[in-house]
Amino acid sequence: MKERPLTRNFRPDHEAVRLTAYEAADGYQGLRKALTMQPQEVTEMVKRSNLRGRGGAGFPTAMKWSFVPMGTDAPRPKYLVCNADEMEPGTFKDRALMELDPHQLIEGMVISAYAIQAGIGYIFLRGEYHCSAQRLKVALSEAIQQGYLGRNILGSQYSFELRLHVSAGRYICGEETALLNALEGKRAHPRTKPPFPQVSGLWGKPTIVQNVETLCNIPHIVNRGPEWFRGLSRSEDGGTKLYGVSGKVNRPGLWELPLGTTMREILEEHAGGMRDGLQFRGLLPGGASTDFLVEEHLDTPMDYAQVQKAGSRLGTGTMVVLDDKTCPVGMVWNLEHFFAQESCGWCTPCWSGLAWTEKILLAMEQGTAVPQDLETLRFQTKFLAPGSTFCAFAPGAVEPLQSALKYFDGDFRRHIAEQRCPWR
Amino acid sequence: MGTIYIEREARQADSRQNLLHVLLSLGYDLPYFCWHPALGSVGACRQCAVKQFRDEQDTTGKIIMACMTPAADGVRVSIKDPEAAQFRASVIQGLMQNHPHDCPVCDEGGECHLQDMTVMTGHCARHYTFSKRTFRNQYLGPLINHEMNRCIQCQRCVRYYREYAGGHDLNAFRLRDIVYFGRFEDGVLENEFSGNLVEICPTGVFTDATLKQHYTRKWDLQMAPSVCVHCAAGCNINAGERYGQLRRVINRYNHEVNGYFLCDRGRFGYEFANSGERVRECMVDGEPADLTRATFRLETILGDGNCIGIGSPRASIESNFALRQLVGPDHFYAGVNDGEWALNLAMLEILKNGPARSPSLDQIEHCDAVFVLGEDATNVLPLMALRLRQSVRQQPMEKAKDLNIPLWLDQPVRELVQEEKGPLFIAAPYATKLDDVATKLVHAAPDELARLGFAVAHAIDDNAPPVTDLSTEFGAIADRIAAALQSAKSPLIISGPSCRSAAIVQAAAQVAWALCKKGKPANLSFCFSECNSAGLGLMGPRPLSQAFQAMQGAEADTVIVLENDLYRRAPSDEVTPFFEAARHVVVLDHLRNATTAKAEVTLPAGTFAESDGTLVNHEFRAQRFFQAFVPSGDVRASWRWLGAGLIPNVARAQGNWQTLDEIVAGVAKELPVLAGIEHAAPSKSESGKVAREPNRYSGRTSMLANLSVHEPKPPEDADSALAFSMESEPQPVSPALIPFFWSPGWNSIQSVNKFQSEVGGPLRGGDPGVRLIEPIENAEWKYFSSIPPPFRADPDEWLFIPSFHIFTSEELSRRAPAISQLVPHPLLALNVTDGTRMGMKSGELVKVSIGRSKFELELSLRLDVPRGVAVLPADTPLLNSLTLPVRGKVAPTAAGVQGVVTA
Repeated sequence: MKERPLTRNFRPDHEAVRLTAYEAADGYQGLRKALTMQPQEVTEMVKRSNLRGRGGAGFPTAMKWSFVPMGTDAPRPKYLVCNADEMEPGTFKDRALMELDPHQLIEGMVISAYAIQAGIGYIFLRGEYHCSAQRLKVALSEAIQQGYLGRNILGSQYSFELRLHVSAGRYICGEETALLNALEGKRAHPRTKPPFPQVSGLWGKPTIVQNVETLCNIPHIVNRGPEWFRGLSRSEDGGTKLYGVSGKVNRPGLWELPLGTTMREILEEHAGGMRDGLQFRGLLPGGASTDFLVEEHLDTPMDYAQVQKAGSRLGTGTMVVLDDKTCPVGMVWNLEHFFAQESCGWCTPCWSGLAWTEKILLAMEQGTAVPQDLETLRFQTKFLAPGSTFCAFAPGAVEPLQSALKYFDGDFRRHIAEQRCPWR
Repeated sequence: MGTIYIEREARQADSRQNLLHVLLSLGYDLPYFCWHPALGSVGACRQCAVKQFRDEQDTTGKIIMACMTPAADGVRVSIKDPEAAQFRASVIQGLMQNHPHDCPVCDEGGECHLQDMTVMTGHCARHYTFSKRTFRNQYLGPLINHEMNRCIQCQRCVRYYREYAGGHDLNAFRLRDIVYFGRFEDGVLENEFSGNLVEICPTGVFTDATLKQHYTRKWDLQMAPSVCVHCAAGCNINAGERYGQLRRVINRYNHEVNGYFLCDRGRFGYEFANSGERVRECMVDGEPADLTRATFRLETILGDGNCIGIGSPRASIESNFALRQLVGPDHFYAGVNDGEWALNLAMLEILKNGPARSPSLDQIEHCDAVFVLGEDATNVLPLMALRLRQSVRQQPMEKAKDLNIPLWLDQPVRELVQEEKGPLFIAAPYATKLDDVATKLVHAAPDELARLGFAVAHAIDDNAPPVTDLSTEFGAIADRIAAALQSAKSPLIISGPSCRSAAIVQAAAQVAWALCKKGKPANLSFCFSECNSAGLGLMGPRPLSQAFQAMQGAEADTVIVLENDLYRRAPSDEVTPFFEAARHVVVLDHLRNATTAKAEVTLPAGTFAESDGTLVNHEFRAQRFFQAFVPSGDVRASWRWLGAGLIPNVARAQGNWQTLDEIVAGVAKELPVLAGIEHAAPSKSESGKVAREPNRYSGRTSMLANLSVHEPKPPEDADSALAFSMESEPQPVSPALIPFFWSPGWNSIQSVNKFQSEVGGPLRGGDPGVRLIEPIENAEWKYFSSIPPPFRADPDEWLFIPSFHIFTSEELSRRAPAISQLVPHPLLALNVTDGTRMGMKSGELVKVSIGRSKFELELSLRLDVPRGVAVLPADTPLLNSLTLPVRGKVAPTAAGVQGVVTA
């Protein structure tokens, strides 16, 4: 019986788990336990669990928390922010968690806030997630009523106020520092680091920003222990992972599996393989801003280290599958169109490079590209490198392009040579 | 200091700074856009990329942005590294994707930072074949032109406008490659320092709309170092001329005074010099006259009885001096309203003989606790307001040091500081534009403000006289202000004549002196009214009313009025009889006005761009301005009219100065307190030739070809080392003589970097100007003891006080066409409760009676105006005849309703 702590409460009718049902399934026991511990002890537990951030970067969670100034002299209030701005194309895991088991997120937030002694929390929610917004509001209301939020939680002297903020839009808000700017009512462009949010974050105060899925793991770690959590995984890093598959497979969907499950297993056993008449060509393992992996990589375990070794990133763990009847250039154009649109406009390589890239890819699809354009595309993937741009958005944006140029080079050349898209 | 390695060469570097700052200061050419010395680093444009190496063995290195990287000890970088150079060229390529090929028709061309950086990176061939994004431009007012297609999204404009200057109505819209910098809708930019956008913007998005009316390339302008004449800040400017017309004014960097910025009045007020109302030829008996006829009449006049001279706070030291020597010191009068003049002298006395120091504008920016008593800097001495806006960051920014965030890392510092502001207390009779950054505001009648000031002084030192009947509220505020000033490192008190209150001026001094007494050196700054109010004060003229008495008492026959419209200085029922009592009236001025209309002889006085001279600013810094061009016709410097050999008898009596240096020496000899002006700039012999014209100046030989094909000799400049030509002697130019900033490869205003010993710091060779007053060690002074009683609002009358406006209140700039479009509708402001009780409403016309003066004005009811006080726009021509403050009545114009307040 495979343990599925994150999704075990999910109802078949897709309604949200309400508070009573959540409590009956041991909900808020993790919080009760945490409140009897010292904040640093909670962090220590999370450290031993080897939990890494589930938002895409995979940073060790407890290490992130360790940079928050603690003690009576620390600046206050400290903030815990949940990054629920899930907008990575192909990613839908956080949505499921929020719509179907919102209390799990809330409990995770209270425990995490307690560990860093944050007094105020925000859930920064993607504006298009109306259902999540509605269900979170209900859950927050329930939690406040029951005393899991607010002043003197469960008589512990610890107080934590949690607010839901619905974003006004734009993908860059998913970048943690741009998110903080947006939350403050400013234009959503990223901040430079250092200083890190733990030092100067929301309103200049110590802040931790964490992904939804990351936070949802916290109650289980506290409740069942770090050793148990590590045992759920097939790799060094602890826990399960929500894996998703979209594209022309038989059963696109979302599954909670041990971290380190192979791509092949997810694709074939759970997603049912490619649809009739279609062959697998490649996939983006972690959402739009990751590099393509192809047939030879299918046995790669889907964890942070292994996927990186294979030449890509685990990212959000939601795979976008490319079949052999879909034009790779068209797919990449679709992605670069999205990224070009979502560039915040702050740094030159990103706002200029992505626009040019998108135009070239469209020209390729329309049959008006020239050989020089291929050079330009390659150039852009190098120009938009980490460190050259202000944040990680542009380097991520060109990952599908650079890998497509590597694996589907012939297809690009055909578009130019034949002055048309061969798939039409 | 530490050592960094640039191309493997060890250089000394200030490790508190970023690499871009250090590299530029060392003289390296590294391109950049979004960084600005006054705005700090944000790392947006990615233009300043260099390679950083881990150690000597590392040959790959990685690309970093110089502006965002501390110049820490041991850092190793290369600018020349091929990958870094290629990267920088690629950034330009990115910018050029959308940048229109506007150079030939773009106003920025020839002084465009984008042009310069493009050439610097070597980017050349265009590979982008797609279309460019375009925008619709906005009407932003008569001062600034908007051309958004040229934008490179460097963010400088909004950072400057919103974060530095405190403006609200310019912002960034949209995102990606279509970011739009503009207003929420077309309309005049509201901020008083919007003009700096034309220099802040590195391309031609924001350009000078007044220059556009008579556009000239920078390289075609004949330019000279000058000083703004529109207020007492004394901002340094460069004035540019072509074809005998003044074309534009731009900022001339002076670290101590204006730094990188001007106000809109100073930048755009120059057009008065091109006005159709200019006096361009001599007038005798109301008719144009040639020089011979005019000097003949003058000679006759000067021989016909006693002569008095009325000096001017907007004329140079030299011109005032020439008049003073011509009529004799006992017959030399101040052309300033008596009440204002008394305040002027009081402020002068306080600074001259007291222990408090008069700080420069740069020092004001670095004061960490400020008390403004009775002044509206934004409208009276605008650059001071811009500096004060930065001063409130000083104390909060201390937090950044604790967290090791360098102050040049602009966004993190602002994020950390949030809305926190250092102590700035503003006590004024009405709301001012600095109120949004104030710690605490007090709006009260002038006497109440003075009482508050005296209370602060007493709270600091109880030897200062206490204030009786002080309200509890004011007592608490006074304690708070006193505590803030005492715990600051560099406290500052600002005051001035705007309330027309001697008590306020004394109270301000009292606070400063109390601090000094308690061992805390205090800065004290007064907002003198005009560009040479301070200078005129030092020359000891007699009050204007005594001139009127002298004329009425038949002690004088002739009056010579220097660059002044007396109808702005005293009620017309005093000025007109004065002129009528005179046998002869001689006037020297630039523009026709009510005074020139009364003149028997009018002499065309050269403006700041057509003459040389010295002005003394509010700090008591003497600064020299130089002629940009030789004016046509008989226009010349007033001091030349009044002495340099024009009227032989006179000249002999005076010392016959023929040149600027001679009259300057004469001033220094005759008035030791002004001796310092000799060093305000090098004399003609102390410097080699300095060209007014850049070496690409074109058309010199063809300009006058329609008159004669023979190339004329360039005019001689007898007064300075500046030449009316392209000829320079190779030498480092004294900062006081810099006519324009230019350096090979740096055609834009960013070339200032090359003239500073460190970017953002003082000019190499020292910032121009000489301070004339320093606090006296062991000064002997006594506390003022005349504290006004509490102000009681009178049920029948209001106390009328003046208010000022940046575009209305100054005589000359107001007559520039662009500025005159921005003059607001004159309104009478009353407290809303006062007005409502009278049954009056905002927007309606009301009748004002003050003494014999009666007029109608539109009413504005406001919350900030104190009860019992009525605020009038002071210097609008309509109201020039009033001497404020004064009591008077207000009544609705509706028939049957009388102006009675039931309190």
